[in-house]
Amino acid sequence: MIDKTHTSLAGAVSAIPDGAVVMIGGFGEAGSPIELIHALIDHGAKNLTAINNNTGNGDVGLAALIRNGQVRKMICSYPRSSHSRVFPELYRKGEIELELVPQGTLAERIRAGGAGIPAFYTATAVGTPLAEGKEAREFNGRTYLCERGLSADFALVKCAVADRLGNLIFNKTARNFSPLMCMAATTTIVQARRIVAPGDLDPEHIITPGIFVQNVVEVPEPLQESVLIANGEVYP
Amino acid sequence: MSAAELGWSRDQMAARAAEDIPDGSYVNLGIGIPELVAQFVPAGREFIYHTENGLLGMGPPPAKEDEDPELINAGKQLVSSVPGAAFFHHADSFAMIRGGHIDICVLGTMQVAANGDLANWSTGAPDAIPAVGGAMDLVAGVRTIFVITKCLTRNGDPKLVERCSYPLTGQGVVSRIFTDLAVIDITGDGFRLVELAPGVTFEYLAERVDAPLLRP
Repeated sequence: MIDKTHTSLAGAVSAIPDGAVVMIGGFGEAGSPIELIHALIDHGAKNLTAINNNTGNGDVGLAALIRNGQVRKMICSYPRSSHSRVFPELYRKGEIELELVPQGTLAERIRAGGAGIPAFYTATAVGTPLAEGKEAREFNGRTYLCERGLSADFALVKCAVADRLGNLIFNKTARNFSPLMCMAATTTIVQARRIVAPGDLDPEHIITPGIFVQNVVEVPEPLQESVLIANGEVYP
Repeated sequence: MSAAELGWSRDQMAARAAEDIPDGSYVNLGIGIPELVAQFVPAGREFIYHTENGLLGMGPPPAKEDEDPELINAGKQLVSSVPGAAFFHHADSFAMIRGGHIDICVLGTMQVAANGDLANWSTGAPDAIPAVGGAMDLVAGVRTIFVITKCLTRNGDPKLVERCSYPLTGQGVVSRIFTDLAVIDITGDGFRLVELAPGVTFEYLAERVDAPLLRP
C-alpha cells in the first residue's frame, strides 16, 4: 500500500543533507511551511541553496534558517520587505550569495525544471542588468532571453488538505509557488492542515496530483508568521 | 494657489488614470498610488483585478472578521476576493502576464524616459539590496503599461527624463503617464502632452520635464 504520511516533522526532513538545494513554498507568509522550516533548523543541514520568492521575515521561518547560517545561497525575486532584516545584513557583509530572478521567470524556471524542460526563452528582463550573461535570441522580430529550468533536491510545502497518496489542495493565495515546487523537487515534503482518506478529495478539485509528492505530515494548527513576529518570537 | 498645491492630488491622478481604462479590462495595479485606481472606477464599468501572487478578481481590504493571512496581494496586504474570483499558482499567474492576457498594468516609477524606458526597481546604489519582484515580467508582458507618478522627486529632480540613469525595468514599454501636472503620452517622437491639470501651463510643465515636450 502506498502511504506517504509521516507522523513526525523531524523524520520528514531528516534525509536533507548538507549542500542540498531546497525549494520552500510561500509568498511572504502566505503558504510558508514554518513548521517544516523549523524542523530543518533543528535538523541542522548546512550549506543549503534555498529557493523562495523572498528571504523571510522577523526571526522565524526562512529568516531564522538564514540567520542560523544554514543557507549559502538564496535564489529569489524580492529579498527585502518591511520585516526582513536577516538577509540584508548577511548580504551586505558578503556572507550569503544572491541569485536575483524576476518573479515570473522564477516561477517558469521552476515549472520547466519540474516538466523536464532544460531551458526556455522569455522577453522578461531584456535590456536590463538581469540580462547580463544570458543568451539572447530573436523570434518573430522580438528579442528574448534564454533562461534555465530550475530543479531541487527537496521542496518544503504547506497545503490545506492532503491524502495519503500525496494529492493536495491549497488555501487561497497560499498556493503561489508550491504546486510548481512539488513538480521540480526530487523529494517533496508537505505539511497539511488536514489529511483525509483517498477519495475524499474530489478528483476535479485536486491541484497537485500525488505523483509530485513524496512525504506528507499533518500540522493541524500551523503557526502564522505575522503573529510570531508581532509577539517578538525568535526561533530556535 | 501656491506652487506646492498646483495640479492633481494622488486621488485625482488615480481617478484620471481610471478614466482611460476600458470597461471589461483585466488590470494589474502596482503598489502605491496605482492601488488607488480601484477606488475610482467610472460608473458603468467593470474591471477585474489581477494580483500576480495568484488571484484574479481581487477585492478591497476585508472586514476584520474576514481577514485571512493567506489571502493577500502582491504587496503582501490583506485583500478580499470578489464573487467570480479565481485562485491559481504562480506559473499560471505569470502566463496571464507574459502571454499578453492582462490588458493594462498601472505602475509607479522612479524614472520614465522619452523612449518609453521604465526604471522602477533599483537605484543601482552599491549598498542597495536588489529586489525586482514581478516588475520586469509585467512590463514585458502586459499590452498597455500606464505609469502614475509625480513629475518631480521629493528632492525636486525630474522623473520624466531623456534617458533613464537608473537600471531599467524594461525598454520602450510605457504608453501613457499620469502625473500631478499633466497626462503625457510616449510617442515615437518622445513625450507629447495630452492634457494639462487645471492651472498648469505648458511652460510650467515643460520646465519640470527633463526632455523635449511636444504640444498636443
